[in-house]
Amino acid sequence: MSFAEQMIPPRSPPPAIAPGWSAAKTTGIIAMAFWLIVGVGLIYFLFSAWDPAKVARYGPKYLSGLGVTLTLVSVSIVLGALVSIPVVAGRMSYNPLFSGIAYAYVYFFRGTPLIAQLFLFYYGLGEFRHQLEAVGLWGFFREPWNCAILAFTLNTAAYQAEILRGAIQSVPRGQFEGGQALGLNRVQIYRKIVLPQAMIVALRPYGNEIILMIKGSAVVAIITVLDLTGETRRAYSRTFDFQTYIWAAIFYLLIVEVLRNVWNWLERRLTRHLKR
Amino acid sequence: MDRTLTLLSFGPNGWMDQIMYGFLVTGGLALATLPFGLFIGFLLALAKQSEVRQLRLAAEIYTTIFRGLPELLTLFLVYFGLQIGYRQTLLFFGVEGGIEINSFLAGMMALGVVFSAFSSEVLLSAFRAIPAGQYEGAYALGLGGVRTMTKVILPQLVRIALPGLGNLWMILLKDTALVSVIGLPDILRQAGIAARVSKEAFLFFGIACLLYLLLAILSSIFISAVERRVRRSEVRV
Repeated sequence: MSFAEQMIPPRSPPPAIAPGWSAAKTTGIIAMAFWLIVGVGLIYFLFSAWDPAKVARYGPKYLSGLGVTLTLVSVSIVLGALVSIPVVAGRMSYNPLFSGIAYAYVYFFRGTPLIAQLFLFYYGLGEFRHQLEAVGLWGFFREPWNCAILAFTLNTAAYQAEILRGAIQSVPRGQFEGGQALGLNRVQIYRKIVLPQAMIVALRPYGNEIILMIKGSAVVAIITVLDLTGETRRAYSRTFDFQTYIWAAIFYLLIVEVLRNVWNWLERRLTRHLKR
Repeated sequence: MDRTLTLLSFGPNGWMDQIMYGFLVTGGLALATLPFGLFIGFLLALAKQSEVRQLRLAAEIYTTIFRGLPELLTLFLVYFGLQIGYRQTLLFFGVEGGIEINSFLAGMMALGVVFSAFSSEVLLSAFRAIPAGQYEGAYALGLGGVRTMTKVILPQLVRIALPGLGNLWMILLKDTALVSVIGLPDILRQAGIAARVSKEAFLFFGIACLLYLLLAILSSIFISAVERRVRRSEVRV
């Protein structure tokens, strides 16, 4: 019978292997160097192409284009929120006719490109000029701005309806039943119990939808609305100066990043009571 | 009614053959963008979970830029940027003259870059959903890095990431319509030409919308079939 004559003396663990120079690190440094060169190159380009005459001429136009973009997006988001309410009611209705119509509406506006919808409204409705003149609506549909608002509102209403429906359905049934047990009526149940919980779920998708609209709103430039992209296109077609597009990109990135951070802050703030 | 049917026929008086060509171009552009975008997106997702700080940061910068820019602006940046870059390069070698950039290629690059930025986020969250035990198990079996990835991680990754990637594919299909702005003869552009010539804008843009819907329906059928296929191996409880 054999047994250990003596214990193995305790030893300190082997030294940690120092992270060596790996392929990943090389790639990372090359990638960062690339971004650094791009960044420095851009700053150098913008400095060397800086032309006070152009800035005086196009600067105010860019700001007005920015205003047009923001107005367009905020108006259509608010109107879209209003339109989405009956759509949600239709989607959640047990009546097959209402739910069918609402489903077809949502499917159409979510399944086709925004730019095609815009063309359908702007060019397509122009063809019904005589009928529209007869009902006195031609003045409204002649303006590209109004067509853009209409198309964007209907588009975002379809997306917002799905967000709202998903959020309402994420609230457990027991919450409805509890409200009923307390003798509240439907409006009270929705207003006091369901919507406050649903809105927290819907907050992040709503933020994403606003960002998508800001990005999507660039297509109005094609139907001659002078938003940020429209002003950029005009400035480029007159100067053939590539910095016009760079500035537009900077503006868009700024808006989107600011909105994203504001939304993150808002979400943290509104869900404080859910933190454990 | 007769006129409408004539306009919608295939043949010299109808526009349907042109529009169906556009249908193929739209589908082709989306299909050509997909592998390119997925590949870059996969590399970005790997970079974002790397231990190397610089690699993570570089991938984050890429995503922030291309997720924040409007797709239309990205397209213009790529299109005009390529044009100017090409002209400058030619000038550098002493050759005068401009060149038309192929709009299919420019569209593929712009859409692919945007697709990769979004898909990297989907793939990253799928990577995070795979437990560390899977990597450890593969290591214990003696599999190397590449084989761990292809035999153990990727089959699970596909299953987790598929719904998200399906959504991105739908967005990609819709974004291809933007490339008509720089002259690619896709559904929207062909419909626009037909609308201008025949003065039947509502009809043709309506047809264009229906064709996009058709593409969406076909893809959702295909995606759910793939989803069923990859779910076969899942344990049913």
